[in-house]
Amino acid sequence: MKKSVIFGALTVAGLAAGAAAAGTLDDVKARGKLNCGVTTGLVGFAAPDANGEWGGFDVGVCRAVAAAVLGDPKAVEFVPTTGKTRFTALASGEIDMLARNTTWTFSRDVDLKFTFVGVNYYDGQGFMVPKELGVSSAKELDGATVCIQTGTTTELNLADFFRSNNISYEPVPIETNAEAQQQYLAGACDVYTTDASGLAATRATFEDPSAHVLLPEIISKEPLGPLVRHGDDNWGDVVRWTLNALITAEELGVSSANIGEMSAGTNNPEVNRLLGSEGNLGEMLGLSADWAKNAIMASGNYGELFEKNIGENTPIGLARGLNAQWTDGGLIYSPPFR
Amino acid sequence: MTTLTDPPKASFRLSMLIYDTRYRSLTIQAVAMLGFMLLAAWLLNNTLTNLATLGKPIDLGFLGEPASYDINQRLLDYNSRDTHLRASFIGLINTLVVAVLGCITATIVGVLVGVLRLSKNWLVARIMTVYVEMFRNVPVLLWIVLAMAILIESLPAPRAFRGDNPEATMKVFDSVAITNRGVYVPEPLFSNSLGSIHLFGDSSLRFDVSLDLMAILVVLIASIFAVRKVTSRAAHIQETTGVRPKTWHVNLAILFVPMIALLAVLGFHLGYPELKGFNFTGGTHMRNSLIALWLALSLYTAAFIAEIVRGGILAISHGQTEAANALGLRPGKTMRLVILPQALRVIIPPMISNYLNLTKNSSLAIAVGYMDITGTLGGITMNQTGRELECVLMLMGCYLLISLSISMVMNWYNARVALVER
Amino acid sequence: MSDQAFVRTEMLPEKEPPASTVGIVGWLRENLFSGWFNSILTVVALGFIYYVLSGLVPWVFQSVWNADSLNECREIMTETWGSTHGHACWGVVNERWLQLLYGFYPDHLYWRVNLALVLTLVALAPVLFAEQSPRQLWYLTAAYPFLMPWLLWGGSIWGPIMVAAGFAIGYLGYRILVPVAGGLVAIIAAFALPIIWWLFLAGGVAGAIDSVIPIGIEAVESRKFGGFMLAVLLGIVAIGCSLPIGIVLALGRQSDLFIVKTLCVGFIEFIRGVPLITLLFVASLLLNLFLPPGTNFDIILRVMIMMTLFAAAYMAEVIRGGLAALPKGQYEGADSLGLNYWQAQRLIIMPQALKISIPGIVSTFIGIFKDTTLVSIIGLFDVIGLSNAIRADTAWNGIYWELFAFIAFLFFIVCFSMSRYSMYLERKLHTGH
Repeated sequence: MKKSVIFGALTVAGLAAGAAAAGTLDDVKARGKLNCGVTTGLVGFAAPDANGEWGGFDVGVCRAVAAAVLGDPKAVEFVPTTGKTRFTALASGEIDMLARNTTWTFSRDVDLKFTFVGVNYYDGQGFMVPKELGVSSAKELDGATVCIQTGTTTELNLADFFRSNNISYEPVPIETNAEAQQQYLAGACDVYTTDASGLAATRATFEDPSAHVLLPEIISKEPLGPLVRHGDDNWGDVVRWTLNALITAEELGVSSANIGEMSAGTNNPEVNRLLGSEGNLGEMLGLSADWAKNAIMASGNYGELFEKNIGENTPIGLARGLNAQWTDGGLIYSPPFR
Repeated sequence: MTTLTDPPKASFRLSMLIYDTRYRSLTIQAVAMLGFMLLAAWLLNNTLTNLATLGKPIDLGFLGEPASYDINQRLLDYNSRDTHLRASFIGLINTLVVAVLGCITATIVGVLVGVLRLSKNWLVARIMTVYVEMFRNVPVLLWIVLAMAILIESLPAPRAFRGDNPEATMKVFDSVAITNRGVYVPEPLFSNSLGSIHLFGDSSLRFDVSLDLMAILVVLIASIFAVRKVTSRAAHIQETTGVRPKTWHVNLAILFVPMIALLAVLGFHLGYPELKGFNFTGGTHMRNSLIALWLALSLYTAAFIAEIVRGGILAISHGQTEAANALGLRPGKTMRLVILPQALRVIIPPMISNYLNLTKNSSLAIAVGYMDITGTLGGITMNQTGRELECVLMLMGCYLLISLSISMVMNWYNARVALVER
Repeated sequence: MSDQAFVRTEMLPEKEPPASTVGIVGWLRENLFSGWFNSILTVVALGFIYYVLSGLVPWVFQSVWNADSLNECREIMTETWGSTHGHACWGVVNERWLQLLYGFYPDHLYWRVNLALVLTLVALAPVLFAEQSPRQLWYLTAAYPFLMPWLLWGGSIWGPIMVAAGFAIGYLGYRILVPVAGGLVAIIAAFALPIIWWLFLAGGVAGAIDSVIPIGIEAVESRKFGGFMLAVLLGIVAIGCSLPIGIVLALGRQSDLFIVKTLCVGFIEFIRGVPLITLLFVASLLLNLFLPPGTNFDIILRVMIMMTLFAAAYMAEVIRGGLAALPKGQYEGADSLGLNYWQAQRLIIMPQALKISIPGIVSTFIGIFKDTTLVSIIGLFDVIGLSNAIRADTAWNGIYWELFAFIAFLFFIVCFSMSRYSMYLERKLHTGH
């Protein structure tokens, strides 16, 4: 950056009109940085560490895209967004993509005009209750006080669920996870509901996790995935296929450990096409031939990302479940690289 | 010899618009107006262009769609099938509720603390100083969050009331339950209820007025009116005959007999809260979110009001206190009858802006999950519909309306108090 | 018998005052136990103090400082005290305090933030302690608005210099044009020339000079700003920029030009009538809509703009108070000297009105400074926003009170000292009357 940022912003403001017409891919390349929208902090998915370095499952996707486009997983500017600001930030071009546990819904896709490029985590809304309540199903929660994190689709699902089952409840909307946790532990609500992954992550931090159970009901489908603006299909393709590359890599057994030898060429033509030693997939996307290799090297393939950030060996301890590869009975499925 | 002649009548020249002070003000105003209109047009044009690019023309249709979320603390009926407009209206009522409660409490606490800061008791004065400094110098957002956290941590959960030997018990003859979900108090019920009037039909602004409450109000007002009548008659008799007839038993009867009769006819009884299942049921439930917000806002604002009150009292000359002492008034009466009424004139104008601040600060309710208008219209509705422009503008409009009404009422009151000045 | 005198001829030695009215006992009686009501108050107050301290002191002092995660904290607590209740885990503050103070600002550049803060204090000195500080400091104060952004944002030094050059150009234009084209043209030029310069030329010239003589320091994007530093920065920028706007608005509100007055009153009452959070919503959601398509300010700049507008309305009211407090004789005196409106404002009215308003300005600053915590609601990482992000770290998920206590402590220290200073100023100013 040549000019100082504030000065540039002030003087060029009037002249910048029209400059944004070029494709997002070109913008990102010209800028040398990817602006990626993330949450302001969600355990396991995105959080800054003591040095200000972002880490997490969603952050991994951002880094992979940055590596694929710019060859450098560090060339990402993380823009923290709230439930309110995320869509405006994306629509106004402040961020190039949003990787912020955002549920893919019809109205967000069609009405708000965003393109969801895929799903990186299949979640669903669940319930957590203290074991001592002796509740074994969400249908037994008549009259219970329920803590909900607001600003998401959660409160809508909850209202629908209780309404359709004709049971009453008392909603306690809460702004942040920290407060929800505190209220739940103090007994100010009987039940805590949010995405099942969030519940598991929250329970893991309790002093006595075994005193709390997750109820079997998952009352909603929450396919969480990265999204981009409508109308820039080329950029959408880049993000979509970067995500698919991570998924395919796991399916084909390409990991950050063995990618060096794999990229030299293997007997599996799809691996070769993926890693750029055969065909010209990268060129078709407008990227370099080793785009997918860079993306996978950034923080590993899909499975590695999962294990490192939210998997069973982390304090969060999520099982793969629905997020296993389709070959293992899960829903994670990438179209072929051909 | 020169004679005095009329100054030459200058014909109007264009440069006079600038150099002649008679016309210059017109020029400046015209330029200001033009500039303002240009700016407004520019902003409007930009907005319309941008909205067209985004494909989101201004449309208030979303207000008529079902809101699909629930609101716990509400004075009017509402369910998740009601419209966004209804949800916003409920939020607006909630904002007003907390603002009114907060202003009243803040005034009481503020005056008390302001007076106690001047107390002769060293310890009390110091504690009040610590209180004022603590609240004035830490952001109100933190206080709201902390108030909620303290309530939740220090009060018993409903499950503590369960069992044969519960850790917590209900207070006041087993009628009030104080839990970390809120306070449950007995609610007035009527077995022969008169029903209620439904104003505005089925629209989003519908408003139920309980006829029972109206009846009670009418009887109460009538009784008070009658009592005043009796009292003034007694005064009249006293003036003419010199003997004041006994009226207190008549007054008592007028005040209580019709009311008791009415309550008996309506079948008045109290509904007590009771622990059933997960929660207390029955009774009126005042949620913790409201209590925390109310407490934090009123304590925060009270710290400022205390300073104003203290300043106001100190502004009254010491001679007033001495004169009151000379008349033999006790310190409490001196304060109540002599100092405070005079201090009021100094106190009220800054008080208005503190009431306004409290109302505006109530928009931080989302921090504790109290569904005020920022939480409904500016929160979930905005998130779910993606209509930022419409929502934010409506939100601002609502607050502007509230603020202007408060300043109008308070300015009117101020004018009334100021009239006393001699 | 007759010479028996009843009049004492020599003074009795002074007696010690009764033991109950002097010393500690006397003080106690006088201040704490004068009458039954006061005694009750004292006892209640003592009980209250004991209750608060008995909970707070062990929590603060029987605590864990060296731990890398909440679980480690809990283990240490259980080992040492047998329970995890009633003990603070300051490990989180120990690990993250730099982040809470500076946000994501690169740690090798912290000195720039510190220097900027010192610079702020030094630049303020001539304003706040007018008598004691040397005149030369005024130059620093004048350079400060350009120096501070350069230090914080970094980049080429030519940028700020070119911005400063705009003011010089305006002044020069005025000076050159006054004799040639008359006062009015000169004034218009003095406003128009810098604007043209800033909008169209300054960027190019700065870039050109920079490519020839590159002098600069590492650039830091405003996204990296955060923590307590963000609160201070927002407060300073909002107050600094709002001062001139506030003066103009206050004068406008006092003016007898109907349209100007209406516009000013409308603006002031509008801003004062809505909560700051809605203005921040405008900054984060709408401001880009109001500007030409494609304009993209980053969020911190947008927040600065809205905070400045917000502060300006309050500032205008403070300054209006200052203007109103001036005796009418000052205005009449200025008129009698034949000064025109602007001369009177510049030489007579404003210097006095501003001086009277300083305590009000300081308390506006404290208010704005506290209000900066609201930016966490729109997703900026100020201290509160950061505390949420810290809780999202797996190591610290579940920690609650310690972070809030630390934040409250930070704010208290800064606001308290400022409010004390403002009270001192008020006392000092009062002696003049």
